[in-house]
Amino acid sequence: MSETVISAKALTKRFAGFTAVDAISFDVRKGEIFGFLGANGAGKTTAMRMLCGLSLPSSGEARVAGYDVYRQTELIKRNIGYMSQKFSLYEDLTVKENIEFYGGIYRLSDARIREKIRELLEQLQLGDQANSLVRSLPLGWKQKLAFSIAIVHDPAIVFLDEPTGGVDPIMRKEFWGMIYAAADRGITVFVTTHYMDEAEYCHRVSIMVDGRIEALDDPGTLIRQHGAASMDEVFLQLARKATRKE
Amino acid sequence: MIMKQLLVFVRKEWYHIWRDRRTLLILIGMPIIQIVLYGFALTNEVKNSNIAVLDAAQDASSIPLVQEIAASRYFHLLRYIHSPRDIEGVFRKGKIRMAIVIPRDFRNDLLHTNHAQVQLIADASDPNTANTLTNYAVAIINTYQSSLNVDQSLPYSIHTQLRMLYNPELKGAYNFVPGVMAMVLMLVCAMMTSISIVKEKEMGTMEVILVSPLKPFRIVIAKTIPYLLISFVNIVTILLLSVYALDVPIAGSLVLLVAESLLFTGLSLSIGILISNSTRSQQTAMFTSMMSLFLPTLIFSGFLFPVENMPVPLQVIANVVPAKWYFIIVKDVMIKGAGFEAVWKETLVLAGMMTVLLGISIRNFKIRLT
Repeated sequence: MSETVISAKALTKRFAGFTAVDAISFDVRKGEIFGFLGANGAGKTTAMRMLCGLSLPSSGEARVAGYDVYRQTELIKRNIGYMSQKFSLYEDLTVKENIEFYGGIYRLSDARIREKIRELLEQLQLGDQANSLVRSLPLGWKQKLAFSIAIVHDPAIVFLDEPTGGVDPIMRKEFWGMIYAAADRGITVFVTTHYMDEAEYCHRVSIMVDGRIEALDDPGTLIRQHGAASMDEVFLQLARKATRKE
Repeated sequence: MIMKQLLVFVRKEWYHIWRDRRTLLILIGMPIIQIVLYGFALTNEVKNSNIAVLDAAQDASSIPLVQEIAASRYFHLLRYIHSPRDIEGVFRKGKIRMAIVIPRDFRNDLLHTNHAQVQLIADASDPNTANTLTNYAVAIINTYQSSLNVDQSLPYSIHTQLRMLYNPELKGAYNFVPGVMAMVLMLVCAMMTSISIVKEKEMGTMEVILVSPLKPFRIVIAKTIPYLLISFVNIVTILLLSVYALDVPIAGSLVLLVAESLLFTGLSLSIGILISNSTRSQQTAMFTSMMSLFLPTLIFSGFLFPVENMPVPLQVIANVVPAKWYFIIVKDVMIKGAGFEAVWKETLVLAGMMTVLLGISIRNFKIRLT
C-alpha cells in the first residue's frame, strides 16, 4: 500500500448554527483518483476549501501533502494545484501568458517556465495558438489548458472542482485521459463531479449527504453493495436520504 | 523571489489594462476631457461679453469711463445706443449681456455734488453671469473713481475697493483644477481597483489565485500598482494642462504637490479595495464607487459649492469626504503657494484615513475570501 497524501479525521466546519461538514474521515493515497461526490449543498465545496487551506476547520484534523491544515496552509498551497468549476484562466491573456503567469506565481524559474510552455503546447497540440488569446479557444481546449496549468508546478495533489461542466462527451473523455496521465505521474487527483459516469472513472469515490460521508469505496463495490445498476442509482439512493435543503 | 512573483502579477494586470483599450483610453483621456470641459465649456468666468452703452453725457468724465470698460478683457463694447427705448430691444435679440447707462448730468453731478450715478442693466436670466458681469463693471468703475480722486483734496465719491484674493481675475480654473484632480484620482483609483478585483471574483480566477502560494496582501498590492502608475500619469497630465493651457501656475512646491497627490491616490486605492470586499459583481462595484465617491467628491470637496456655506450637518459630513481635505491641500499648495507647515493637518487627516481604511480592507480581504 502506498503512502497517504490526504488524511482527514472527524474534520468539521460549523457556520453560525449550521454544520456544513460534519466529522468526515477519509484517506487518499498517492496517485489515486479520488471522486468526491454529493448533491449541491452537501458540503463538498466547504470540505474542499478546508483541504486547500482556504478555510480553517472548526474541529477535527487533516493533513494534506503531509502538512497540517491549521498551521501549515502556506506549505499546503505550495504543494497543491486547483481548478475551479468556473473557468479559471484569463480570457484576455494569451495561452503563453497564462502559463507564464501561473508558473510565475508558483515561483517556477524562467527556464522551467519556458520548458513548460513548450511541453504543454506540444501535449495539447496548441503550438500555433501560443500567442492567441484564450478567449478564442473552444471550451474543451480551454478546460484542458486549465487543467495543464493547474498542475504546471507538478503538485503532489490537484483539486478539481467540477472540472468538466458544460463540456461535450468527447472532450470529457479526452479530459479524463489527461487526468489518468497525471495520476500515472504520481499526482493525486481529488475531483468533485456531477456526472455519475465520470464517478466510475475514479479509483474510489466518497458520497457526501448532509455534511457526512455516507459511502466510500471503489465504484464497483458501491454498485454491488447497493444492489444498483450504476453509480447514478447508488447516488440517487443515498441522496434521497438528504434532509437538508440546498 | 517575492519581488518576481509580484512582478509577474503586475505584468498580468498590465495585460488586462492594455488589452482593454477603450477603458485605458477613458482613464487617460478623462482628466483631459474634464479639464477641457471645466476650463472652456462649464466655466463661470466671463470673457468678452457683449455690452451696449447709452452715454447720454458724452463728456470729459463719461468718455474715459466707457473707454476703461471697453478696454477690459471682460467686455466687448458691441454698440452705442442712443435712446432708453432701444435698450430692451437689444437685450431681447440676445446680442448683449449688459447695458451701461450714463445720465446726461454725469460730469455735472460728479463735480458739484461729488456724487454721480451709473446704471448697470444686466440680463439676469443667467443670474451667475449677471452677477459676475456687474461685479466686474463695479470694480472698473471704482478704479476709475479712484483715479479721478488722485489729485483731489476733497474726494468725489466714497471709494469702494473690490479685491479678489489669490484669484484677482476670478478665474474658474483656480477652483476646478484641484477639483478635477480630486475627482479623477478618486475615480481611477477607487473605481478601477474595485472593478478589477471584483472581476477576478466574478470570473472565478480569484479562488485559483488564493489557492496559490501568493499572499492576499501581495495580491492587493499587485492589483493596485498599475492604477497607481496611471494615476501618476493623470496627475502629470492635469498639472501640465493647467500650467500650459489654463495659465494656472503651480505656486508652491511641485514635490509637495505630487507627494500629497500620491497620498490621496493611496487613500483612494484603499477605498477601492474596501468596495471590492463588499461587492460581488463588477456592476455593483461600479455603482457603489459612483454613488459613494463621485457624488460626495463633487458636492463636498468644496469644488462646486463652498463647504462653509453649507448647513452644519452637511459640513460635518464633508469632513469624512477625503476629497475635501485633498482639495484644501491642492488649493493651498498649488494656488496659494503654501508650504507643508500650512497643510500638515490636512495631510495628517488623509494619512489617518488611509491607515484605517487600508487596515480594514486588507483584514477583510483575507476574511472574505479565505
